[in-house]
Amino acid sequence: MRTKATIENYLFVLPAVLIFSIFYIYPFYKVFTLSLCQWDGIANFNFAENFVGLRNFKELLFQDRVWWQSITQAGYITLIALTFQNAVALALAMACDRDIKGGNIYRVIFYLPPVLSEVVVGLVWRWIYDGNYGLLNHWLYNLGLGHLVRDWLSDPKTAITCVATIHCWKGFGWGFIIFLAGLQTIPRQLYEAARVDGANSWQMFKSVTIPLMIPVFILVSILTILGTMQVFVLILSMTGGGPGYHTEVPVTRILASMIGSSRFGYACSQGIIFGVILLAVSFIQIRLSRRMNKA
Amino acid sequence: MKSKRSMRKDVMREGAKYKIERFAKDTLTHIFLIAVAVTCIFPLLWMVGSSLKTQQTVFSDMSIIPRNPVWSNFYHAWIQGGFGMYFFNSVLYTVTVVIGIVLVSSLAAYAFSRLQFPGKNIIFYMFLAAMMIPLPGSFVPLYVLMTKLHLVNTRIGYILCMINVGLSFSIYLLKTFFDKMPPALEDAARIDGCSKLGIWWNVALPLARPAIAVIIIFNSLNVWNEYILATLIFSSKSLMPLQRGLMIFQGTYITQYPLLMAGMTITVLPIILVYLFMQKHIIKGITAGAIVG
Repeated sequence: MRTKATIENYLFVLPAVLIFSIFYIYPFYKVFTLSLCQWDGIANFNFAENFVGLRNFKELLFQDRVWWQSITQAGYITLIALTFQNAVALALAMACDRDIKGGNIYRVIFYLPPVLSEVVVGLVWRWIYDGNYGLLNHWLYNLGLGHLVRDWLSDPKTAITCVATIHCWKGFGWGFIIFLAGLQTIPRQLYEAARVDGANSWQMFKSVTIPLMIPVFILVSILTILGTMQVFVLILSMTGGGPGYHTEVPVTRILASMIGSSRFGYACSQGIIFGVILLAVSFIQIRLSRRMNKA
Repeated sequence: MKSKRSMRKDVMREGAKYKIERFAKDTLTHIFLIAVAVTCIFPLLWMVGSSLKTQQTVFSDMSIIPRNPVWSNFYHAWIQGGFGMYFFNSVLYTVTVVIGIVLVSSLAAYAFSRLQFPGKNIIFYMFLAAMMIPLPGSFVPLYVLMTKLHLVNTRIGYILCMINVGLSFSIYLLKTFFDKMPPALEDAARIDGCSKLGIWWNVALPLARPAIAVIIIFNSLNVWNEYILATLIFSSKSLMPLQRGLMIFQGTYITQYPLLMAGMTITVLPIILVYLFMQKHIIKGITAGAIVG
């Protein structure tokens, strides 16, 4: 009787566990075995024959300069997202946190870009940035700023910053919502008390808002870093990694190894190294947040 | 000593000063908010406007709303561009994946919350860990697996993959919801002789409606906007969803901007409608989701 009930209970989780094991756990395990092999993805796979040890990792860590360039570039986009995107998001959240007319309409509009797909966002902006037919250049001409006109996404100097800007455009609404939710948990009395004590807006921001928002800042920055480092569909639809390798990021490199050069093992070792980097970053951030919460 | 009258004047002057200050602040805030709001909406307007221009006017007519809108672009995009087919595929994948996620995740979440079996916590933490551990490039082994199982270029393969993508988050959300639900109603149903499965279907699921709404909305957005798995799994155009179709169209007809923009409008319109109707749930869900992550 007891065992029958237990079996029945297992049946409830069985579909989930089955799907999860096949489509998550098995690939997870497979990443590690494949990363030690050299395999083109087509020929019959035989672990003993294809095994090359740590050769993929050696090449990746010490010879693949484009890989490290792609990580630096993802880091650059992340830096812009952390500072520019989150500053805009916080400023907007603070503006909407005051009882301003139409606050809800603004909220709806700001969250519009995040619900759009990266493909659509990328293709619209790709055209706006276009060197020949783009709206941006058209406006620059009309404003008498013809000297600024360029092929924005094909110019190595501007391509990555243009992509980063659009990434921020797509992402700030999300930070805005979280910041706003955080701001609304701050008791109004604290601001009143500060005002009675003669604090001006800047002092209130510095001594009330910032300290109380630190947990939210940490949460948003962890999620911004993890999300931005792994960005790639936006890049595929805007530049495809070009010009040259100037907008490549780690995930586009993994795709290139897999599809472009049919090096499945190498692609897996890239995934592992990148995953370790991401884990390390979030680990450091969580440690930092613990320390700050104690202080 | 000041007279009463002049004191009142002072107060009024202070009040007026405060009002002016407040007005100036509000105006500046609105200017800032409106400026950002315009940059949010403008690209979408530009997309819709361009979808109504002809191939000849699209590069010269820089107005947002063209004087003579060409609606036939939508017809051509739908038929020749193949966006009708892609649209059908996207709807099919979104509906089946979301139904699959709701059924599979609610069964599991119910068991994690209410039923007893050995290893329960370990299995649950496994799902949690999957949310925490980033695995970039997991599509490589996934693709290998799909080839092995002969699921490449099949609808069912894509659907199963996408169910897995939404599973962990949905199980977590539903389990926390079930945990907070008072078990009284389920007890009553049990006394009435309802089976466990019956209780799940008749009692737990209807009560969990708010959480299920969040799961439906988020997973729908996620499936509708998904790109990379669709790229790897499908090689036949007739099976591809919209996002993939857009990239294919863009690659083939690089300068057919009006048709491309029409295809993009078709892709985006359902999302925007759902978003406008559901924005309250969505905004609630993001806040909840961020805390999970």
